[in-house]
Amino acid sequence: MAKFRKKKSGGQTAINTASLPDIVFMLLFFFMVSTTMKEVDMKVQISPAEATEIVKLEKKELVTFIYVGVPAKKFQSLYGSEPRIQLNDQFATVPDIQSYIAQARDNMKESDQPKMTTSIKADRECPMGVITDIKQALRKAAALKINYSAAEKVEVR
Amino acid sequence: MGKRDVQEVNAGSMADIAFLLLIFFLVTTTMDTDTGLARLLPPMQEDQPDDTPPIKERNVFSVLLNSNNQLLVEGKPMQIEQLTEATKEFMENPMDLETLPEKKEVEVEFFGVQMLTKGVISLQSDRGTEYQAYLMVQNELQRAISELRQDLAKRKFGKEYDELEKEEQKAIRTIYPQKISEAEPKNIGGKN
Repeated sequence: MAKFRKKKSGGQTAINTASLPDIVFMLLFFFMVSTTMKEVDMKVQISPAEATEIVKLEKKELVTFIYVGVPAKKFQSLYGSEPRIQLNDQFATVPDIQSYIAQARDNMKESDQPKMTTSIKADRECPMGVITDIKQALRKAAALKINYSAAEKVEVR
Repeated sequence: MGKRDVQEVNAGSMADIAFLLLIFFLVTTTMDTDTGLARLLPPMQEDQPDDTPPIKERNVFSVLLNSNNQLLVEGKPMQIEQLTEATKEFMENPMDLETLPEKKEVEVEFFGVQMLTKGVISLQSDRGTEYQAYLMVQNELQRAISELRQDLAKRKFGKEYDELEKEEQKAIRTIYPQKISEAEPKNIGGKN
Protein backbone atom coordinates (compact mmCIF):
# COMPACT_ATOMS: atom_id res chain seq x y z
CA MET A 1 0.00 0.00 0.00
CA ALA A 2 2.70 2.36 0.87
CA LYS A 3 4.20 1.90 -2.56
CA PHE A 4 1.25 3.50 -4.29
CA ARG A 5 1.04 6.43 -1.95
CA LYS A 6 4.61 7.23 -2.52
CA LYS A 7 4.15 7.68 -6.23
CA LYS A 8 1.24 10.10 -5.83
CA SER A 9 3.16 12.38 -3.60
CA GLY A 10 5.41 13.26 -6.51
CA GLY A 11 2.95 15.92 -7.75
CA GLN A 12 0.85 15.98 -10.91
CA THR A 13 2.79 15.29 -14.04
CA ALA A 14 1.60 17.29 -17.05
CA ILE A 15 0.65 15.33 -20.11
CA ASN A 16 2.95 16.03 -22.97
CA THR A 17 0.90 18.01 -25.49
CA ALA A 18 3.68 18.59 -27.95
CA SER A 19 2.13 16.20 -30.48
CA LEU A 20 -1.34 17.75 -30.29
CA PRO A 21 -0.60 20.36 -32.96
CA ASP A 22 0.58 17.60 -35.27
CA ILE A 23 -2.66 15.72 -34.85
CA VAL A 24 -4.71 18.83 -35.48
CA PHE A 25 -2.63 19.73 -38.52
CA MET A 26 -3.21 16.27 -39.85
CA LEU A 27 -6.97 16.80 -39.50
CA LEU A 28 -6.62 20.19 -41.12
CA PHE A 29 -4.82 18.80 -44.13
CA PHE A 30 -7.33 16.02 -44.41
CA PHE A 31 -10.22 18.49 -44.63
CA MET A 32 -8.35 20.79 -46.99
CA VAL A 33 -7.60 18.00 -49.39
CA SER A 34 -10.90 16.15 -49.22
CA THR A 35 -13.02 19.26 -49.78
CA THR A 36 -11.26 20.22 -52.98
CA MET A 37 -11.24 16.67 -54.24
CA LYS A 38 -14.99 16.66 -54.87
CA GLU A 39 -14.97 19.60 -57.26
CA VAL A 40 -15.63 18.68 -60.83
CA ASP A 41 -12.94 19.69 -63.24
CA MET A 42 -14.62 22.50 -65.13
CA LYS A 43 -14.18 22.26 -68.86
CA VAL A 44 -16.62 25.00 -69.74
CA GLN A 45 -16.44 28.61 -68.69
CA ILE A 46 -19.35 29.70 -66.54
CA SER A 47 -19.95 33.12 -65.15
CA PRO A 48 -23.12 32.60 -63.16
CA ALA A 49 -26.34 34.45 -63.86
CA GLU A 50 -27.79 36.54 -61.09
CA ALA A 51 -31.19 36.59 -59.46
CA THR A 52 -32.73 37.79 -56.21
CA GLU A 53 -35.49 35.29 -55.44
CA ILE A 54 -33.16 32.36 -55.07
CA VAL A 55 -33.46 29.35 -52.82
CA LYS A 56 -30.65 27.25 -51.45
CA LEU A 57 -30.04 23.83 -52.85
CA GLU A 58 -30.11 21.62 -49.86
CA LYS A 59 -28.79 18.08 -49.62
CA LYS A 60 -26.03 17.83 -52.15
CA GLU A 61 -26.53 14.11 -52.66
CA LEU A 62 -29.92 14.75 -54.26
CA VAL A 63 -28.58 17.15 -56.83
CA THR A 64 -27.23 16.33 -60.26
CA PHE A 65 -25.45 19.06 -62.14
CA ILE A 66 -25.50 19.91 -65.81
CA TYR A 67 -23.00 22.54 -66.88
CA VAL A 68 -23.51 24.62 -70.00
CA GLY A 69 -21.09 27.14 -71.38
CA VAL A 70 -18.38 27.96 -73.86
CA PRO A 71 -15.48 25.46 -73.69
CA ALA A 72 -12.42 26.67 -71.82
CA LYS A 73 -9.59 28.21 -73.86
CA LYS A 74 -7.50 25.05 -74.07
CA PHE A 75 -10.42 23.01 -75.41
CA GLN A 76 -11.59 25.54 -77.96
CA SER A 77 -9.42 24.22 -80.76
CA LEU A 78 -11.04 20.83 -80.29
CA TYR A 79 -14.61 21.68 -79.37
CA GLY A 80 -15.12 25.14 -80.87
CA SER A 81 -16.50 28.19 -79.15
CA GLU A 82 -20.19 27.39 -79.24
CA PRO A 83 -21.79 26.64 -75.86
CA ARG A 84 -21.43 22.99 -74.96
CA ILE A 85 -22.80 20.70 -72.29
CA GLN A 86 -20.58 19.18 -69.65
CA LEU A 87 -21.71 16.16 -67.67
CA ASN A 88 -19.39 14.99 -64.91
CA ASP A 89 -15.93 15.44 -66.33
CA GLN A 90 -16.54 15.37 -70.04
CA PHE A 91 -18.23 17.12 -72.87
CA ALA A 92 -21.54 15.66 -73.91
CA THR A 93 -24.41 16.15 -76.27
CA VAL A 94 -28.12 16.42 -75.55
CA PRO A 95 -28.91 12.71 -76.18
CA ASP A 96 -26.35 11.76 -73.49
CA ILE A 97 -28.41 13.47 -70.82
CA GLN A 98 -30.99 10.71 -70.54
CA SER A 99 -28.47 8.01 -69.71
CA TYR A 100 -26.63 10.41 -67.41
CA ILE A 101 -29.81 11.10 -65.46
CA ALA A 102 -30.68 7.41 -65.37
CA GLN A 103 -27.23 6.61 -64.02
CA ALA A 104 -27.42 9.35 -61.41
CA ARG A 105 -30.79 8.05 -60.34
CA ASP A 106 -29.50 4.50 -60.03
CA ASN A 107 -26.75 5.68 -57.74
CA MET A 108 -29.27 7.14 -55.34
CA LYS A 109 -31.12 5.48 -52.56
CA GLU A 110 -34.55 4.37 -53.64
CA SER A 111 -36.23 6.61 -51.09
CA ASP A 112 -34.35 9.61 -52.43
CA GLN A 113 -35.09 9.06 -56.10
CA PRO A 114 -38.35 11.05 -56.23
CA LYS A 115 -36.60 13.98 -54.59
CA MET A 116 -33.89 14.13 -57.20
CA THR A 117 -33.15 17.62 -58.43
CA THR A 118 -31.24 18.60 -61.52
CA SER A 119 -29.38 21.87 -61.39
CA ILE A 120 -28.69 23.59 -64.67
CA LYS A 121 -25.56 25.66 -64.31
CA ALA A 122 -25.39 27.78 -67.39
CA ASP A 123 -23.31 30.72 -68.42
CA ARG A 124 -25.19 34.00 -68.31
CA GLU A 125 -24.72 34.63 -72.01
CA CYS A 126 -25.66 31.14 -73.08
CA PRO A 127 -28.59 31.10 -75.54
CA MET A 128 -31.81 29.51 -74.34
CA GLY A 129 -31.84 27.10 -77.27
CA VAL A 130 -29.35 24.76 -75.62
CA ILE A 131 -31.13 25.01 -72.29
CA THR A 132 -34.48 24.30 -73.88
CA ASP A 133 -33.03 21.19 -75.48
CA ILE A 134 -31.76 20.12 -72.07
CA LYS A 135 -35.17 20.78 -70.55
CA GLN A 136 -36.83 18.61 -73.18
CA ALA A 137 -34.30 15.85 -72.54
CA LEU A 138 -34.94 16.10 -68.81
CA ARG A 139 -38.67 15.83 -69.39
CA LYS A 140 -38.05 12.69 -71.41
CA ALA A 141 -35.89 11.32 -68.62
CA ALA A 142 -38.65 12.20 -66.13
CA ALA A 143 -36.35 14.40 -64.08
CA LEU A 144 -38.86 17.15 -63.55
CA LYS A 145 -37.47 18.96 -60.54
CA ILE A 146 -35.00 21.44 -61.87
CA ASN A 147 -33.12 24.39 -60.55
CA TYR A 148 -31.81 27.25 -62.63
CA SER A 149 -28.54 27.98 -60.94
CA ALA A 150 -28.02 31.63 -60.11
CA ALA A 151 -25.94 33.65 -57.74
CA GLU A 152 -27.31 36.10 -55.23
CA LYS A 153 -27.70 39.57 -56.65
CA VAL A 154 -27.56 42.70 -54.57
CA GLU A 155 -30.89 44.48 -54.70
CA VAL A 156 -30.84 47.69 -56.72
CA ARG A 157 -34.50 48.64 -56.55
CA MET B 1 30.11 34.34 -22.93
CA GLY B 2 28.80 31.55 -20.82
CA LYS B 3 26.95 28.70 -22.32
CA ARG B 4 23.28 29.64 -22.16
CA ASP B 5 20.42 27.27 -21.74
CA VAL B 6 18.57 26.78 -24.99
CA GLN B 7 15.16 28.29 -24.37
CA GLU B 8 12.32 26.01 -25.29
CA VAL B 9 9.59 27.56 -27.43
CA ASN B 10 6.23 27.20 -25.81
CA ALA B 11 4.24 25.11 -28.22
CA GLY B 12 1.08 25.09 -26.15
CA SER B 13 -0.64 27.70 -28.31
CA MET B 14 0.25 25.92 -31.52
CA ALA B 15 -2.74 23.65 -31.12
CA ASP B 16 -5.03 26.66 -30.76
CA ILE B 17 -3.73 28.21 -33.96
CA ALA B 18 -4.18 24.95 -35.80
CA PHE B 19 -7.70 24.59 -34.45
CA LEU B 20 -8.51 28.08 -35.63
CA LEU B 21 -7.33 27.24 -39.13
CA LEU B 22 -9.23 23.99 -39.05
CA ILE B 23 -12.46 25.72 -38.08
CA PHE B 24 -11.90 28.38 -40.72
CA PHE B 25 -11.61 25.78 -43.46
CA LEU B 26 -14.55 23.80 -42.17
CA VAL B 27 -16.76 26.89 -42.27
CA THR B 28 -15.63 28.28 -45.59
CA THR B 29 -15.99 25.02 -47.46
CA THR B 30 -19.61 24.55 -46.41
CA MET B 31 -20.44 28.20 -47.12
CA ASP B 32 -20.26 27.59 -50.84
CA THR B 33 -23.82 26.37 -51.28
CA ASP B 34 -25.50 26.29 -54.63
CA THR B 35 -28.43 28.57 -55.11
CA GLY B 36 -30.93 29.03 -57.86
CA LEU B 37 -34.55 29.26 -58.92
CA ALA B 38 -36.49 26.06 -58.42
CA ARG B 39 -38.96 25.04 -61.08
CA LEU B 40 -41.02 21.99 -61.95
CA LEU B 41 -41.14 20.84 -65.54
CA PRO B 42 -44.36 19.47 -66.97
CA PRO B 43 -44.27 15.72 -67.62
CA MET B 44 -43.67 14.56 -71.16
CA GLN B 45 -46.83 13.74 -73.05
CA GLU B 46 -46.58 10.83 -75.42
CA ASP B 47 -48.68 11.98 -78.35
CA GLN B 48 -51.80 12.05 -76.27
CA PRO B 49 -54.87 13.60 -77.78
CA ASP B 50 -55.12 16.96 -76.13
CA ASP B 51 -58.59 16.84 -74.63
CA THR B 52 -58.11 19.41 -71.92
CA PRO B 53 -60.36 22.39 -72.52
CA PRO B 54 -58.45 25.36 -73.88
CA ILE B 55 -57.67 28.04 -71.34
CA LYS B 56 -59.51 31.28 -71.93
CA GLU B 57 -57.45 34.09 -73.29
CA ARG B 58 -58.14 36.37 -70.33
CA ASN B 59 -56.76 33.76 -67.96
CA VAL B 60 -53.36 33.64 -69.61
CA PHE B 61 -50.64 36.14 -68.86
CA SER B 62 -48.41 35.74 -71.83
CA VAL B 63 -44.81 36.81 -71.47
CA LEU B 64 -42.69 36.58 -74.57
CA LEU B 65 -38.97 37.10 -74.69
CA ASN B 66 -37.32 37.46 -78.07
CA SER B 67 -33.79 36.83 -79.24
CA ASN B 68 -32.83 40.45 -78.51
CA ASN B 69 -33.94 39.99 -74.89
CA GLN B 70 -36.97 42.25 -75.38
CA LEU B 71 -40.16 41.65 -73.48
CA LEU B 72 -43.66 41.44 -74.88
CA VAL B 73 -46.30 41.18 -72.18
CA GLU B 74 -49.90 40.62 -73.21
CA GLY B 75 -49.09 41.90 -76.66
CA LYS B 76 -47.38 45.09 -75.52
CA PRO B 77 -43.67 45.81 -75.14
CA MET B 78 -42.62 46.26 -71.56
CA GLN B 79 -39.52 47.04 -69.51
CA ILE B 80 -38.43 44.39 -67.05
CA GLU B 81 -38.86 46.77 -64.10
CA GLN B 82 -42.62 46.94 -64.69
CA LEU B 83 -43.12 43.20 -64.94
CA THR B 84 -43.52 42.57 -61.22
CA GLU B 85 -46.33 45.10 -60.86
CA ALA B 86 -48.07 43.85 -63.98
CA THR B 87 -47.90 40.27 -62.73
CA LYS B 88 -49.26 41.24 -59.34
CA GLU B 89 -52.17 43.06 -60.93
CA PHE B 90 -52.88 40.07 -63.13
CA MET B 91 -52.83 37.62 -60.24
CA GLU B 92 -54.99 39.73 -57.97
CA ASN B 93 -57.42 41.41 -60.37
CA PRO B 94 -58.62 43.73 -57.60
CA MET B 95 -61.32 45.47 -59.67
CA ASP B 96 -62.70 42.27 -61.26
CA LEU B 97 -61.95 43.61 -64.70
CA GLU B 98 -63.18 41.83 -67.81
CA THR B 99 -59.71 41.65 -69.30
CA LEU B 100 -58.05 40.11 -66.25
CA PRO B 101 -58.53 36.48 -65.14
CA GLU B 102 -61.70 34.97 -63.83
CA LYS B 103 -62.03 33.86 -60.24
CA LYS B 104 -63.59 30.84 -58.64
CA GLU B 105 -64.85 30.27 -55.13
CA VAL B 106 -62.75 27.86 -53.11
CA GLU B 107 -62.83 27.02 -49.44
CA VAL B 108 -59.40 27.58 -47.93
CA GLU B 109 -58.27 26.71 -44.44
CA PHE B 110 -57.89 29.73 -42.12
CA PHE B 111 -59.44 32.01 -44.73
CA GLY B 112 -62.90 30.57 -45.40
CA VAL B 113 -64.38 30.92 -48.86
CA GLN B 114 -62.05 32.85 -51.08
CA MET B 115 -62.17 34.06 -54.66
CA LEU B 116 -59.19 32.41 -56.27
CA THR B 117 -57.73 33.47 -59.55
CA LYS B 118 -57.72 31.11 -62.50
CA GLY B 119 -54.80 32.93 -64.03
CA VAL B 120 -51.81 31.15 -65.49
CA ILE B 121 -48.52 32.77 -66.42
CA SER B 122 -47.12 31.59 -69.70
CA LEU B 123 -43.49 32.31 -70.39
CA GLN B 124 -42.12 31.75 -73.83
CA SER B 125 -38.60 32.38 -74.95
CA ASP B 126 -36.72 32.24 -78.18
CA ARG B 127 -33.80 29.95 -78.86
CA GLY B 128 -31.55 32.99 -79.04
CA THR B 129 -32.61 34.53 -75.75
CA GLU B 130 -29.78 35.04 -73.31
CA TYR B 131 -29.92 32.88 -70.20
CA GLN B 132 -29.49 35.87 -67.91
CA ALA B 133 -32.45 37.70 -69.49
CA TYR B 134 -34.61 34.62 -69.19
CA LEU B 135 -33.63 34.18 -65.58
CA MET B 136 -34.38 37.82 -64.81
CA VAL B 137 -37.92 37.37 -66.14
CA GLN B 138 -38.34 34.20 -64.09
CA ASN B 139 -37.00 36.12 -61.15
CA GLU B 140 -39.50 38.99 -61.54
CA LEU B 141 -42.40 36.56 -61.85
CA GLN B 142 -41.25 34.75 -58.75
CA ARG B 143 -40.85 38.05 -56.95
CA ALA B 144 -44.43 39.07 -57.81
CA ILE B 145 -45.81 35.86 -56.37
CA SER B 146 -43.69 35.92 -53.24
CA GLU B 147 -44.60 39.57 -52.61
CA LEU B 148 -48.28 38.71 -52.86
CA ARG B 149 -47.78 35.83 -50.43
CA GLN B 150 -45.79 38.03 -48.10
CA ASP B 151 -48.50 40.72 -48.08
CA LEU B 152 -51.21 38.21 -47.36
CA ALA B 153 -49.18 36.63 -44.57
CA LYS B 154 -48.67 40.04 -42.95
CA ARG B 155 -52.35 40.98 -43.31
CA LYS B 156 -53.77 37.73 -42.03
CA PHE B 157 -51.26 36.46 -39.51
CA GLY B 158 -49.14 39.53 -38.85
CA LYS B 159 -45.98 37.56 -39.53
CA GLU B 160 -43.51 37.01 -42.31
CA TYR B 161 -44.37 34.21 -44.71
CA ASP B 162 -41.26 32.26 -43.76
CA GLU B 163 -42.19 32.34 -40.08
CA LEU B 164 -45.62 30.80 -40.57
CA GLU B 165 -46.60 27.25 -39.73
CA LYS B 166 -46.64 24.64 -42.51
CA GLU B 167 -50.45 24.63 -42.78
CA GLU B 168 -50.65 28.40 -42.89
CA GLN B 169 -48.05 28.52 -45.65
CA LYS B 170 -49.97 25.89 -47.54
CA ALA B 171 -53.18 27.91 -47.31
CA ILE B 172 -51.41 30.96 -48.68
CA ARG B 173 -49.86 28.90 -51.43
CA THR B 174 -53.34 27.74 -52.45
CA ILE B 175 -54.51 31.32 -52.72
CA TYR B 176 -51.47 32.46 -54.70
CA PRO B 177 -50.20 29.42 -56.57
CA GLN B 178 -46.99 29.54 -58.52
CA LYS B 179 -48.44 28.76 -61.89
CA ILE B 180 -45.67 29.52 -64.32
CA SER B 181 -45.84 27.54 -67.51
CA GLU B 182 -42.69 27.40 -69.57
CA ALA B 183 -44.05 26.84 -73.02
CA GLU B 184 -42.21 24.94 -75.69
CA PRO B 185 -39.70 27.13 -77.42
CA LYS B 186 -40.16 28.83 -80.72
CA ASN B 187 -37.56 29.91 -83.17
CA ILE B 188 -38.75 33.24 -84.42
CA GLY B 189 -35.82 35.51 -83.89
CA GLY B 190 -33.66 33.99 -86.58
CA LYS B 191 -30.57 33.97 -84.37
CA ASN B 192 -28.86 30.69 -83.61
